[in-house]
Amino acid sequence: MGILEVKNVNKRFGGLQALGDVNLSIRENSCHAIIGPNGAGKSTLLNCLVGKLIPDTGSVLFDGQSVLGRTPYEINQMGISRVFQTPEIFGDLSVLENMMIPIFASRDGSFRMHAIENMHNEKAVVERAKQVLDEMNMLDKQHMHAASMSRGDKRRLEIGMCLSQNPRLLLLDEPTAGMARADTNNTIDLLKQIKDERDITIAIIEHDMHVVFSLAERITVLAQGTPLVEDDPENIKGHPKVREAYLGEAA
Amino acid sequence: MLGLNNKDTLLLIIVAAITLLAPFILNPFPTQSAMAQFNAGYPDLMQRFVIFGIFAIGFNILFGLTGYLSFGHAAFLGVGSYSAVWMFKLLSMNVIPAILLAMLISGLFAVLIGFVSLRRSGIYFSILTLAFAQMSFNLAYSVLTPITNGETGLQLTLNDPRILGQVTTAEGSIPVTSLFGLEMRSTYEMIFGPWSFQFNAGYYLCAIIMLLSFYIAIRIFRSPFGMMLRAIKSNQTRMSYTGLNPRPYTLAAFVISGMYAGLAGGLMASMDPLAGAERMQWTASGEVVLMTILGGAGTLIGPILGAGFIKYFENIFSKINDNILHSWFAFMPDGFENALVAIVHPFVGKGWHLTLGILFMLVVVFLPGGLVEAGQRVAKLFRRRKSEKTSDESAQSKPAE
Amino acid sequence: MDAIILQILNGLDKGSAYALIALGLTLIFGTLGVVNFAHGALFMIGAFCAVTLSRILTLSFETVDPTQTDFLGQPLKVKTTYIEAWFGPEFGGAMIDWAVPLAILFAIPIMIAVGFIMERGLIKHFYKRPHADQILVTFGLAIVLQEIIKAFYGANPIPTPAPAAFKGSFDFGVLLGFEANAIIYPYWRLVYFAFAAIIIGGVFAFLQFTTFGMVVRAGMADRETVGILGINIDKRFTIMFGLAAAVAGLAGVMYAPINSPNYHMGMDFLVLSFVVVVVGGMGSLPGAVAAGFLLGILESFASMNQVKSIFPGIDQIIIYLVAIIILLTRPRGLLGRKGVMED
Repeated sequence: MGILEVKNVNKRFGGLQALGDVNLSIRENSCHAIIGPNGAGKSTLLNCLVGKLIPDTGSVLFDGQSVLGRTPYEINQMGISRVFQTPEIFGDLSVLENMMIPIFASRDGSFRMHAIENMHNEKAVVERAKQVLDEMNMLDKQHMHAASMSRGDKRRLEIGMCLSQNPRLLLLDEPTAGMARADTNNTIDLLKQIKDERDITIAIIEHDMHVVFSLAERITVLAQGTPLVEDDPENIKGHPKVREAYLGEAA
Repeated sequence: MLGLNNKDTLLLIIVAAITLLAPFILNPFPTQSAMAQFNAGYPDLMQRFVIFGIFAIGFNILFGLTGYLSFGHAAFLGVGSYSAVWMFKLLSMNVIPAILLAMLISGLFAVLIGFVSLRRSGIYFSILTLAFAQMSFNLAYSVLTPITNGETGLQLTLNDPRILGQVTTAEGSIPVTSLFGLEMRSTYEMIFGPWSFQFNAGYYLCAIIMLLSFYIAIRIFRSPFGMMLRAIKSNQTRMSYTGLNPRPYTLAAFVISGMYAGLAGGLMASMDPLAGAERMQWTASGEVVLMTILGGAGTLIGPILGAGFIKYFENIFSKINDNILHSWFAFMPDGFENALVAIVHPFVGKGWHLTLGILFMLVVVFLPGGLVEAGQRVAKLFRRRKSEKTSDESAQSKPAE
Repeated sequence: MDAIILQILNGLDKGSAYALIALGLTLIFGTLGVVNFAHGALFMIGAFCAVTLSRILTLSFETVDPTQTDFLGQPLKVKTTYIEAWFGPEFGGAMIDWAVPLAILFAIPIMIAVGFIMERGLIKHFYKRPHADQILVTFGLAIVLQEIIKAFYGANPIPTPAPAAFKGSFDFGVLLGFEANAIIYPYWRLVYFAFAAIIIGGVFAFLQFTTFGMVVRAGMADRETVGILGINIDKRFTIMFGLAAAVAGLAGVMYAPINSPNYHMGMDFLVLSFVVVVVGGMGSLPGAVAAGFLLGILESFASMNQVKSIFPGIDQIIIYLVAIIILLTRPRGLLGRKGVMED
């Protein structure tokens, strides 16, 4: 039994079958990649996992509990963190503040009227935030305006914000999309390091095969809303069905 | 001090000093001098400064931090005024229960309106708050006349019960508002040479409450809660994917700012015990928006500056008439004098709103950060000049070595 | 039955005004993406175009008529308007009488010019700024415009009569087989409704059947793509702004006889028109028109005594109440598209 169990999930948009009978099981402490050509339903699947979309039928269990019908913040409180394709950070806030918010969220829950204490007197939170920034090699940028950073740094910050919550499942939506080669390699190294050092499950959606084969221990290929194959990376590489899905019938 | 860092403490002390010394600061000109028209140190106006300051501080907690632009905040001001006047009618002329009830009732209103309006954001939120405020205004004029006394406005009468206080004074007139016997209108006038300074009990009550409101606002700004509100303004998507529910945060901010508005309304009624529906009209809501933006939304001191600025110039500009203009430009040749008077005329006196509108547009276009940003720019300019000077000096001194 | 027809008719003229203003608001919002709080001011300026023209036409000079004397025995001073002196009393008098319809010709160039100046001088700098900033700057502009009008024309409403031919009322009841005087309706309001219908039809035809309109509609649907196609959309949007200003202005010109123009009429209508736009669905032109008439008629029904006796005060709040319900149950409005200003 995996930490995330997706069973018979269907989702239609009008006449379009975006997801058809998706079954997926992600083992705890593994790195699982979901790949597939454009329009295969990868993003729809991801949105069903985090509460942005609700599947028409089927079930999604995280650690034995259903996530369906829960809001994104409830799902996050269950232990799932999400990294977006374009980094979603608090641009108007400082880097340190960006890092403090998820730590407050983990400690205090989805809402706490915490209006009188000065936030910098929350020593434990500040310490933890600085510690995570240090792990991300961003401590020197802590007073920077988050919006003024480079895209690579924003990505780093976003991943750090997710990790600061000690999530059990980290979802990455094309984490290297639109990045230069150097930034991509940095991100791969960062993710490898995270994978090696922590007890964490990572699910990654990615186009870039270099990223996928550097990280994934298990790969699911999605095509036209349905899982085509699920196997280890070595077996995926030469798999005829995968070639067919990516290159069309002619191949 | 008081749980604030040094910078905030300094700010609070400066604001406190200015507010408490306002009767001196606002009356710099001798009473008989020609410049006396620029004096603003009389009780009625000073009270307005601080009461609108409270209103704007509260509005800024919502708009400045969360970015939700409410166009209906005057409704809470009106509700606060009505509640306070009812307290004077039913209970006693003491202002404390009136102010407390004003905050309570406006807070309840804010919970209700906020709960509904905050289901939408952006322009939809603005329209919803506007719709609620206009509904309150229209109802106050029509169906709710038994509570609001319609167009006349709610006033005290000699037949009010006032169960804990006196119904009429010994002279048979309506009693005045007071704080445990200290009459709000009582004023001590200090004559100092040609100057006269007025110290009004009502003003000092309002001023102390404003300082308290300001202090609480600083604490909110610096708290984790305040940071969450800024996070909402910055990125709601990240907020909810970080495990935080934005809605109770925005609702809390809405209710707090509604209660600030109610407090301001209650104080208004405490200084002058009447309440009219026009206080709830959307133009009144627009005014607090102007104050906050003009001063600098999202900054601590901005709303107070904006409120003071608008109320001061409203008072001064409205008083200027053609005679005064002629006396100003009297040193010029007649033709020039008349031309200048004709040019300035539309902007003063009754034309004050025109000046305000133009000023407001200029601020939005060129100074989105308001007066605070203007101050920062000037300060930066000076600092740069200074540093240029020092670098020049060091550059000059180097060859000599 | 007759009462219901009467209320529908009564709702039409206000509904027409709402629909015309909301149409312009939606055009500006849909094409330029700007929330224009100064649109009510354009409506007001239109109404004052009518006032101005009627004042220009009645400019007069005094002559002494030696054949007549006033009550003091002095020779009588007679005022003659220049128009009558130049074109003869018959034609000149007719022109004065028809000042309001004539003001349409007078108002079109003025409104288009005002629209161009507003867009090029101010609005254009706010395309990329947040909606809150757009609201604020146009709100400031609205204050400025209304104060300028107030400075010139004073604070009191200025009665501006319709041509004598349209004074009187039309007995609708007889036409439909009811008894006489059951449904009477002022002629001018009928004219207003017909006028609004023509303008609305004209705008829709313009958007539907001209290349220009096609590009604008494409731009409303997907601005970026049209920009990528290399079409100079900005210039067209400036023209759209002028058009929207002209629509609002004409709505104001013809409304002058119904409600004597005053300087704050723009703001009064603006608040309601925004509600109309939201109810109709932000960015939907048919939605704006439908919601305008719907709310005008609803408002008129709510002011019936029978309704008011059941829900006291309902006439004061009906529009806002409808808006709140719509916004909460159908956030996109009656005919709105998905994703308009939802972030």
